Amino acid sequence: MVKQKGILYDSTMCVGCGECYSACKKQNKLPETNSDFLKDHLSANTYTVVEQHGDLYARKMCMHCAEPTCASVCPVKAFEKTKEGAVIYDAEKCIGCRYCMQACPHQIPRYEWSQVSPRVRKCVLCQNRISKGLPTACSEACPTGATICGDLDDLKIEAKKRLSEGSDKYYQHIYGLDEAGGGSVLILASVPFEKLGYTPNLPKQPMPQLTNRVMEKIPTVATVGGLFLGSMYWLTKRKNEIAREEKEAKFKRNEVK
Amino acid sequence: MKNSNASKLSFWKIVAAVIMICGLYSSYIRFTKGLGASTHLSDSIPWGLWIGFDFLGVGLAAAGFTIAVMVHVFNIHKFEPIVRPAILTAYIGYTLVVLLLIIDLGRPQNFWHPLVMWNLHSVMFEITWCVICYSAILTLEFAPVVLEKYNLTAPIKILRKISIPVVILGVIFSTLHQSSFGSLYLIVPGRLYPLWYSTLLPVNFYISCIAAGLSMIIFESYLNARAFNLGLRLDILSGLAKIVLYVLIIGFLVRITDMIITGKTPFLFLPRTETYMFYAEVIVGTFIPVYLLSQAKYRKSRMWLYVISIFTLSGFVLNRINVAVTGLVASSKTSYFPSFDEISITMMLVVLGMWAFKLVSTKFPVFVELENLKEEKLPEDSREMILSE
Ligand code: SF4
Ligand code: SF4
Repeated sequence: MVKQKGILYDSTMCVGCGECYSACKKQNKLPETNSDFLKDHLSANTYTVVEQHGDLYARKMCMHCAEPTCASVCPVKAFEKTKEGAVIYDAEKCIGCRYCMQACPHQIPRYEWSQVSPRVRKCVLCQNRISKGLPTACSEACPTGATICGDLDDLKIEAKKRLSEGSDKYYQHIYGLDEAGGGSVLILASVPFEKLGYTPNLPKQPMPQLTNRVMEKIPTVATVGGLFLGSMYWLTKRKNEIAREEKEAKFKRNEVK
Repeated sequence: MKNSNASKLSFWKIVAAVIMICGLYSSYIRFTKGLGASTHLSDSIPWGLWIGFDFLGVGLAAAGFTIAVMVHVFNIHKFEPIVRPAILTAYIGYTLVVLLLIIDLGRPQNFWHPLVMWNLHSVMFEITWCVICYSAILTLEFAPVVLEKYNLTAPIKILRKISIPVVILGVIFSTLHQSSFGSLYLIVPGRLYPLWYSTLLPVNFYISCIAAGLSMIIFESYLNARAFNLGLRLDILSGLAKIVLYVLIIGFLVRITDMIITGKTPFLFLPRTETYMFYAEVIVGTFIPVYLLSQAKYRKSRMWLYVISIFTLSGFVLNRINVAVTGLVASSKTSYFPSFDEISITMMLVVLGMWAFKLVSTKFPVFVELENLKEEKLPEDSREMILSE
């Protein structure tokens, strides 16, 4: 059994140098999109950004959800959660309905709007590196250890340890542990997370459950509906026939008279 | 008199031609330059006017299954004359929706993928399948009209034999995908504004599409009466209007009860665009039509029924636009207004649809009430008995 990999990003250690940003661009062969990386935003050519919020920094990227919403809404299963934990995308399957972009609770997937045959773009947790046991490009590049890569279980323990040891340094919450069912990216911060632009108030349950509850009812609706309609057809037809026979009988009786 | 009519006709012909040319040009841009160049969609607004139009097209075509179920399943034969116009409307509506979906897809060459790559958890997957199956069923339901014209009795007989199961299947597919358009948004609780987000979204969509579909028939019938002198009997229209009244009331009660239970009533009093749009939708689409329809004198006037149907339809349009656009704009932190190409392609499809409706309904026996009813095989009095049901 392969152990799931993950990323722990501790924003209290982040100095906003942008090494992760550049390493990601290089790893994924993405063109330059902004001369000042702090002003850049996620796009088809940028899978991760470092944002400045006052004197604090915050990295944004795909959270690699344990039960990815993007994968559950995609009609053709273009997304897949690999055994290493990365959520990857197959453009060959994609029909371009963009439901994944609409549905992602973290609003991550981006689109190649300028292309004639566009693809959905986002961080893929360096799937081809982590599957070989290598760390992601961003964590390898990070000079301060703010972004580290490792076995997800170990990272969870480490994050909890940091919170309990530095109770005055940290805002006591691990973002990404429970958000929308949790995922492979964990984030620590010194202030409430919405101050750093992370989506607040996400439910703890995985989002796909919201739809599954309804989708499960489909077979019942179909069978009960079919039976109901079938019997209604038979009943009303019979009722009409009886009514007609009665009327005809009455008509005849009247004639006889 | 004749002259002014002729000039009016050619005026509309010119308008239609201009729309068609713009639409074709925009389609050319869409397919050669991509979605970015032809639309105002963006990473924060990935769905826009086109998806909204798909909602409308499918919702307004709902009469196709509601009328079929009343006539063929509940055996209410009074509505028989509407079956064909309703099915034709649905057929054209669905064709347009499918065309527009293909234009809207980023990789339209892959449009067939859901047929072979399944994801049973995806609402989008379910909708795709239901729309395909329902379109096939509409073909079966409409086929007799075409076959009749060429006197092909053998296939008509076969179609008659399977007609009841076909209708029932059609109703089930319709129920599933009409409500699923609402389910699409179940997954965005944080993004869709609370006045519209509800776990009952599929139910709300289903109820409202019934009222809209039936109003569409009233609306079309009035226009047809003016264009071809082929109207529907007033008692049929009043009957439809009564059903619309009940459905509107039920739909409103479901929504308001749900809001009270989930504690969303405070949102009704916030001074925000969303609140105003919500009131616009409810007043235009529910309060006014319910008030008018509850009085018999308005229900018995063709003109009033037409006006009321416009209210109901506008309310429906507002509702779908509110869900698809208004309710999402705040959380996406950008604004959106459709581009020229988005609008012109949409208008091109509307023109195509109207033209197709006119063409088919003049060439084929769609409005059969006046001619065909008299030739019915049934003896005169038994026919009356059924009609008086
Ligand atoms: S954050 Fe969004 S894109 Fe990333 S795995 Fe989760 S649902 Fe998919
Ligand atoms: S845009 Fe592509 S990847 Fe996203 S949901 Fe649609 S088909 Fe799936």
